[in-house]
Amino acid sequence: MLERIEKARKAIAGACRKVDKPIQVMEVCGTHTVAIFRHGIRSLLPKNLKLLSGPGCPVCVTDQGYIDVILELAQRDDVILATYGDMMRVPGKAGSLESLHRSTIKVVLSTDDALTLAQKHPDKIVVFAAVGFETTTPPSAVAVADAAKEGVKNFCILSGHKLVVPAMQALLGAKNDKIDAFLCPGHVSVILGSDAYKPVVEQFKRPCVVAGFEAVQILEGLANICEQVAEGTARVDSIYGAAVTPQGNATARKIIAEAFEPCDGAWRGLGVIPGATLRLKEKYSRFDALKRFGMEEIPAEELGGCQCGRVLCGLIDPPQCPLFGRTCTPDAPIGPCMVSTEGACSAWYKYGK
Amino acid sequence: MCLAVPARIIEINVDKAVADAMGNRWNIRITLTPDIEVGDIVLIHAGYAITKVDEEEAQKTWELFEEIARFEDQRQKAQEGGGADA
Ligand code: SF4
Repeated sequence: MLERIEKARKAIAGACRKVDKPIQVMEVCGTHTVAIFRHGIRSLLPKNLKLLSGPGCPVCVTDQGYIDVILELAQRDDVILATYGDMMRVPGKAGSLESLHRSTIKVVLSTDDALTLAQKHPDKIVVFAAVGFETTTPPSAVAVADAAKEGVKNFCILSGHKLVVPAMQALLGAKNDKIDAFLCPGHVSVILGSDAYKPVVEQFKRPCVVAGFEAVQILEGLANICEQVAEGTARVDSIYGAAVTPQGNATARKIIAEAFEPCDGAWRGLGVIPGATLRLKEKYSRFDALKRFGMEEIPAEELGGCQCGRVLCGLIDPPQCPLFGRTCTPDAPIGPCMVSTEGACSAWYKYGK
Repeated sequence: MCLAVPARIIEINVDKAVADAMGNRWNIRITLTPDIEVGDIVLIHAGYAITKVDEEEAQKTWELFEEIARFEDQRQKAQEGGGADA
């Protein structure tokens, strides 16, 4: 293991020496951000290799408007709100789910638990806060299909599900040219398959490399990227062969496609990205919380003061936010990047000193 | 939110299964991985198996989780112990 680490480190150093400008690599996934800090990887890297934390923490990219709609629904007397734990502390206009202190707000570990809640409480409508990328979308799709099959009428989801690849394209297309390459998420790629990044490589000529979460894998991924940059090539590579295939999990993608279709939707910091959010298809519209409660669409909003949007685009590092570590800490978070354990601000605060 | 845990399948009932990771047992769904058999190791995310992995990969990940748990423990202790900056 140590040998592999040393070999990767040398490869990174060698490649970076050949490039006389900064190489800026965006780690798309929040789990990578945390792993990189925890393993102390930044300290092993040459000066001109810079890591940017990308839009890969599901809670962090969820738009403020979505949070406010969830908070509004959670306060209705006819609603039980079911959510993954990460969403509990994200602040909105009306506080956070946690600060509402309502017994009708339930943290669930899976969509099955949310559906079970609906079956146990026929007098309430269970709304599931369906956020996350391609790893969390299939369970939401299965829950909706199960609800349809089993005739569960008091269950619906508020879809904030997002697609990773169009977001990467939007980042390269519009906001900045700071990104030279992507370290692609491990477990999202289990579903997507590494071939899914080919359009990014073809359109923008940026290397995309999939890696797992061990130190050695992250370093080997970075070595692969630096070598590609030094050679002036751009390919998709995966060094997470144990779990990621080029084609990904076709069953999971089929289940997603049966229930959801892409639509335009707001991302925090990135604004509205065409085709990068998922909504339920017409045949399942009775399980769509927006339609159920007669709401038009989720309004796009920004939170004043918080710089999460710029952090997510790789435009600033968290300590450059004036609130970082002063008024905004993991105990009293102002933005989602500080709330989520996978958020860039939280990782910098905990491990970055 | 996107971190998956490897676990061994010990029981299957249509598209539901019981899985074991480091001695913890979970009820999971195998709807996304229909070809799974008892004895296989899968990555579990939000209560769903998302892919099969081999023994070696699972072992490495289990070790990683233990390491993370130890690390978090030490960090907590360091912070509690007189607030010394880690
Ligand atoms: S430090 Fe806090 S306020 Fe600043 S960007 Fe991060 S989460 Fe937002």
